[in-house]
Amino acid sequence: MSLEFDSKIHKTLADARLQQAIYTATGRFKDARLKVVAQDVLPEYQELRAQANALKKHTIDHLDHYLEQFQSQVEAHGGKVVFCQDAAAVADFVLTLAKERGARLIVKSKSMTTEEIDLNERLEHHGLEAVETDFGEYILQLARERPYHIVAPALHKTRYDVAEIFEQRLHIANETVIEKQAAIARAALREKFLAADIGISGANFLVADSGAVVIVENEGNARLATSAPRTHIAIAGIEKLIPRAQDLATFLKLLARSATGQPLSVYTSFLSGPRREGEIDGPDEFYVVLLDNGRTRLLENPARRQSLYCIRCGACLNACPVYRKIGGHSFPWVYSGPIGAILTPQFMGAAHEPGLPFASSLCGACAEVCPVKIDIPKVLLELRADAPHNRWESLAFRVFAWLMRHPRAYELAGRVAASLVSSEGVRWIRSAPGLLNFGPIRAWLAERDLPPPPAHTFRELWRRR
Amino acid sequence: MTSRETILQRVRAGLGRSAGQTVPDPPAVRIQVAEVDKETKIASLLARVEALAGRAVRAATPAEACEIVREVLGKRSAVASNAPYLEECGVTGLPGVRCGITDREELRKACAAADVGITSADYALADTGTLVMLSSPHEARLISLLPPTHVAVIPASRILSGLDELFTILPEPAAVTSSMVLITGPSRTADIEQILVRGVHGPGEITIVVVG
Amino acid sequence: MARRVSLFVTCIVDQLFPQIGMAMAEVLERLGFAVAFPQAQTCCGQPAFNSGYRQEARQVARHFLEVFENCESIVVPSGSCTSMVVHHYAELFADEPRTRSRAVSLAARVHEFSSFLTEVAGVEDVGARFEDVVTFHDGCHALRELGIRSAPRRLLANVRGLELRELEPREECCGFGGTFSVKFGELSGAMARGKAEAIIQTGAKTVVSLDPSCLMQIQGALSRAGLSIRTLHLAEVLASR
Repeated sequence: MSLEFDSKIHKTLADARLQQAIYTATGRFKDARLKVVAQDVLPEYQELRAQANALKKHTIDHLDHYLEQFQSQVEAHGGKVVFCQDAAAVADFVLTLAKERGARLIVKSKSMTTEEIDLNERLEHHGLEAVETDFGEYILQLARERPYHIVAPALHKTRYDVAEIFEQRLHIANETVIEKQAAIARAALREKFLAADIGISGANFLVADSGAVVIVENEGNARLATSAPRTHIAIAGIEKLIPRAQDLATFLKLLARSATGQPLSVYTSFLSGPRREGEIDGPDEFYVVLLDNGRTRLLENPARRQSLYCIRCGACLNACPVYRKIGGHSFPWVYSGPIGAILTPQFMGAAHEPGLPFASSLCGACAEVCPVKIDIPKVLLELRADAPHNRWESLAFRVFAWLMRHPRAYELAGRVAASLVSSEGVRWIRSAPGLLNFGPIRAWLAERDLPPPPAHTFRELWRRR
Repeated sequence: MTSRETILQRVRAGLGRSAGQTVPDPPAVRIQVAEVDKETKIASLLARVEALAGRAVRAATPAEACEIVREVLGKRSAVASNAPYLEECGVTGLPGVRCGITDREELRKACAAADVGITSADYALADTGTLVMLSSPHEARLISLLPPTHVAVIPASRILSGLDELFTILPEPAAVTSSMVLITGPSRTADIEQILVRGVHGPGEITIVVVG
Repeated sequence: MARRVSLFVTCIVDQLFPQIGMAMAEVLERLGFAVAFPQAQTCCGQPAFNSGYRQEARQVARHFLEVFENCESIVVPSGSCTSMVVHHYAELFADEPRTRSRAVSLAARVHEFSSFLTEVAGVEDVGARFEDVVTFHDGCHALRELGIRSAPRRLLANVRGLELRELEPREECCGFGGTFSVKFGELSGAMARGKAEAIIQTGAKTVVSLDPSCLMQIQGALSRAGLSIRTLHLAEVLASR
């Protein structure tokens, strides 16, 4: 574990207000989800999960086919598909297009994929204005922070934080009423929507048989960003494909329920190409950027491929006892929570934060709520097996494995260890003698008491019977 | 090699597939259309929309629907879509209602200035309280999006039981439109402290008039 | 003839909580089982497996296979260790078909204690008496990997004098997680304190669970907080009369 990871965790745990905010917000999402997937409300829930898993597995296992089908369908409807290997390629594409169109202002709707490639920073660096239009994302862009949660990016912000950000960045003093803050954002962003040359969105699904981009949202900013400007660019990871429009009957029933507990989000847009003959509005140009950025690296291992099934609902974050303590910003990259713990090392390499796959009690709450049934604990275990091992720990586990194969040595070692701890036999131990107070024992005792070693082991008691 | 080729090649290498290799059929589509009678569908739609803090009203006749829209509008300005059904109901003739716009810029300006956007809808989904809008010469996107209030007038015959029936009737939406939007209640956000705010970008008020 | 069961008491019970193993043996014998304790047993290998040391985990797992291979039914006072054998051995020996099939055949005979009583022995009332208000902590592996929800509750419901009060939230991790508890000590400790608070809210005097490691974590936190609430394994409750 890096010192940075450790200190971020420590900071979050020590912040009582933040602890309360994370716990309450994730708790509400958790409860809302439970209500709408309950047996009497959605009896087919488990069947839907199984179907979603089977569809995602099939699509990812034959991804090349679906990428090609998707591209030909987008083109058949007058759109264009752009394949990009990494962040720089996406920025290049957008910059070149913006230059050709004489565009200066870009409106963006919430997209984890563009967060992943720091698109805004790259565009701003070249003199373009890229404005986040989701209310939470807008606030975070003003505050120059990254999303705290996949679904609720500003989960950690209070109305007072927003008031401060508005004062500093927009010079609007003392506005602490959330409705009014939203109205301020609406007014400011309305102007941007109407003036923007390009709208950039993400995609919740790419539909292969339709060449369509599906976007799910509650505010209407994604609809605005994809309807008002003359050019719409959707940026999505290659794993977002599903085979058929009809499969949305499965995925749409799961996504919003898992994310926020809504049966459907307020707006679901199914966009296939630029506006057609006779349509009064809508974009003249429609581009879909298909991003690799490390995803193809995951395909080799069939057990880990399932990491790409994720539909970014955020349910695993809300269910995770670790996320609910350490929050989103403790995680080393844009994806947080259990899904972040498996995506980050696979996209960025294990060295990015070696401790990450170990920051889990393997409780399995994430897998239980995952709408596409990703076995996150299993992938975590695989990543742990791959992780570079510390020398002392390796030695310790070699000794452990040897002892466990040699019952007599194991018994003796246990008795020797027990004899080192002075024990009155009943009270739990609050501190260890200096010699023993190191490593795991020290880490345990920093937080909890240790059981006193018993006078006799079980096998001793058994022999005496 | 282009980026496209590189990525496709990496995908195939990872999956152990070769170019053009056949693909088994995907898992069968999972669609189960519930048989729901008309009255139950109407009742469900009205209840769901109300539960989402929208307003849903039933009109016996087109003329009655027109009166309801007149009341909703009050003195407010409105832009109506070119849906023939609105004209049938007489909604386009109400005072303060602009209609018949076919130019994009004109429509943008009208929608940005109007208090109310009036549309019909291609379908509605009873079990979620959803409007289904397909973009066409009759229905522009911005009318249901830019004005702070959205009023939709639909014949009861267009109410479907839910998503499964929609994708049965419309298995390939892309064949008929460049944009299909499902609208389920008023625009909302709960980004700050989970406090629900309506109308953050899209309409904060929505009224659905079911005719018949 | 009495049916024979073999105990796998787990290393943590052997070394730290022998009374749990003795209680389990007592309950099983009371129900008429002939109880055996294979002396060569040690550990299931989970600590190595969960820490990413697959080679070492395989070595320990092989030893486990050798010790228990000829046993008819194996009963374990831990959901987590049971799950290690039942779910992860097959995966561990994915590349050794013969060992794998031995592991799979053994897995069918390894049972967590409470589900052994209700599902195999068909017993829900062991004739225990325990005058106390208790709460029950679901160990995550028993709950989510083995699907054990009702077995311990049905058993507790038949204990005379016992009042069960459920935790809220009911299914949250205690934060133990093996080496996680020391690699991320502060975080694990915070999770344990959350659990302790939920326990206090119930007003229970005793916390019962199926997993000695969860109990160690929870008791460690309760004891550090100076609380007099005690933790007991289900076997200890069922053994008392």
